[in-house]
Order: sequence, then C-alpha cells, then structure tokens
Amino acid sequence: MIIDSTEELTVECCLLAGRLMMEAGAETYRVDDTMARMAASQGLTGADSFTTSTGIIFSPGGNRHVKLASIRKRATDLEKIARVNSVSRGLSSGEIPLKEAYHELKRIERGDFMFPFWLQLLAAAVASGSFLILFGGHWLDIPAAFIAGGLGFFVSETFHEKTRVKFFSEFTASAVVGLLSLAAVRTGFGGQLDVIIIAAVMPLVPGLLITNAVRDLMAGHFMAGLAKGAEAFLTAFAIGAGIALVLSFRGVAA
Amino acid sequence: MIWAINGICSFIASAMFGIIFNSPRNRLLHCGFVGLVGWLAYLAARDLLLGGDTVKASFIGAFAVAVVAHLFAKRYRTPMIIFSVAGIIPLVPGGTAYNAMRNVMETHYDVATVHAMEAFMISGSIAMGLVFAEVIIQLVFKRRARAV
Repeated sequence: MIIDSTEELTVECCLLAGRLMMEAGAETYRVDDTMARMAASQGLTGADSFTTSTGIIFSPGGNRHVKLASIRKRATDLEKIARVNSVSRGLSSGEIPLKEAYHELKRIERGDFMFPFWLQLLAAAVASGSFLILFGGHWLDIPAAFIAGGLGFFVSETFHEKTRVKFFSEFTASAVVGLLSLAAVRTGFGGQLDVIIIAAVMPLVPGLLITNAVRDLMAGHFMAGLAKGAEAFLTAFAIGAGIALVLSFRGVAA
Repeated sequence: MIWAINGICSFIASAMFGIIFNSPRNRLLHCGFVGLVGWLAYLAARDLLLGGDTVKASFIGAFAVAVVAHLFAKRYRTPMIIFSVAGIIPLVPGGTAYNAMRNVMETHYDVATVHAMEAFMISGSIAMGLVFAEVIIQLVFKRRARAV
C-alpha cells in the first residue's frame, strides 16, 4: 500500500500502533492514550478513539475519514508492547520521523520476538515446581508438578495452534494436568494431589486478563473491561471444568 | 529459612512467568524481583500482621507489586504492565478457586460458596491494591513535578 499524504500516514501509524498493542495484551486506556499522543504530536487536532478488546475505531478529527481496525488474535507479548511504546515515545518527542516510525511499526508487526517454544515450556514447568513450594507442598512432589505443569502448557499451546478455540485448548490442558497429577499420586510418584494440581495449573491462569479487566473498569473503559472480564472468566471456567472432569472420574470421596 | 525459600521460589516463579509472557529479555530479573517483593509482603502481612487474613494480605502484596513495578517503569521508561503482570501471578488465588471447584464436585455447596467468595474477595483486593498504589504514586509524582 502506498500512502501519499502525511495525514493519512499518521492515521495509519496510530491505528497500527493501537492494534499491535491491543493484540499484545496492553491495557485499553494505555492504547487510547498512546494513539492520542501520537496523533497530537503530528498535528492531528481533535483526534479521538474508541477502543475495545475486539476492535479500535479511530477518528482523526475534522472532516477526515474515520478508520477501523479489528483485533482478531490476542496474546500476551510484553516485548511487543515495550517496542511499540518506545516507537510512540520517539515519535511524540520528535526523535523519530513519521515515515521511519511507520516502517518500524511494520517491522514489529512482522517480527516474532517470542521466546523459543522449548524455553517457554521449560519456564512453565519450572514455575509449576516453584509454585508447589509457595503453596506449601512437599519437596518430593516437585517432579510431579514439574512434569504436569510443563505438559499442561504444551497441550494448551499446541491445541490452541491447531483448533483456534481457546476454551477447548484450556479445558483439555487442565484435564491433562488433572490426569497426570492423579496418575502421579496413584503410582506413588507424588503425595498431595491438591497441591500438585494447583501448582501445575498456574501457568494456564489468565493473570494478565484479570488485572487488565479490573484496571480498565476502574479507568472507565467499561466495554473493554467487561469484554476482558468475560474472557478471563471463560478461561477460569475452562480450567475449572477440566479439573472437575478428572476429579469426578476419580470417585470424588476418595 | 522459610522466608529465604519463599523468596527464592517466588523469584523463580515470577521470572519464569516473565518468559511465558514474553517480557523483554533484559527485564526478566526485574520481573522476578517484583514478584519476590510482592510475595514476601503478602506473606509478612498475612502471618505477622494480620494473623492469616489472606484478603487484606493480598491487598498489601498487590500494593507492593505496583509500587516496585512503577519505580522500575519510571527508571527504564517502559510500560508498568511489563513488571506488574508477572509479579502479580503468585498472589492469584489459584488454590482457593480450586478448593471452591472441588467442593462443588463433591456437592458440598456450602463449603464451595465460602471458598468462591474468598477467591472473589482476594481478586478484588489484588485489583484494589494495584489501582490504589497507582493513584497514590501519580499524586506523589505530580506534586514533586510541581515543586520542581
């Protein structure tokens, strides 16, 4: 796409930055704020935006066209937020010219800054092991939590890649965590079932969503706050349902 | 000794969550540190100050997380969310929510309701801690900016 006028490029730039931040899991009020700053620094007076977690409407003000960007995928990518933030800072302070900022944003859009998958997997497993201790588990249960947590994260990510249905992948992942923990306790590999399950399920918990939902609600972004709250609730419900399934098979009283 | 173990584990857990959330590489240790401060503040408040009240202790823990995260954010000129998200994770009431759900499965609805309410209150107080800290910090920084 060739963009000739500076004004149009500014609008594209604002919208792209907003979309990237929203896709990476930034707070809604921060996205609004960033777009307003970028627009103001480029002389677009009267620019306004309406941001929800599924789309952004950006009005450059005056008789210019209103533009819309829909947000289809959502992930947690703090590195991306930091990079977009530094570009918008540079643009607002005048250190980066508009054209360069746009190219930089395009590069961020294309780029993949995620940690390698095996490292994330290892991180999830190690985190589960440490949570076991934080929640008062026994040292001997660490291997069980390590394996269950890592495999749960693996199932969640791969299923999400394949099916694109978040609820399903989280449900399956927590069911796998439950089954593995149960198997570990049955074979004497682990001791306390409850603590192992809680620790191993922690990497799946929607921590960012919960905090962002409340922060957006408090900042007055009720639409986005409720949408994120719904997503967080659905995730929590999926995790709970997966564990519940396994527990119900176990013969509950045991 | 128990404090040292808790500190190390919360540090590791938060730093690992930094990897899962894809924090910038040179900020992982900071993420871990934020988590450590938050968890130790929570633990100290719960066991030494409040006698086992997890709801108020979560408020204090979240407050500590937000303060440290904000200081880092100012220092490194990055959004605060990068530091606070990983730090908040250990405070999330996973265990309480699990107990609520397990009791539902065992059809002990009365016990389940108690746990569910507690989980709800804890998440509310975490959110309040984050927001309160942010508002107070903003007031402080604004005053300082005006004084200069």
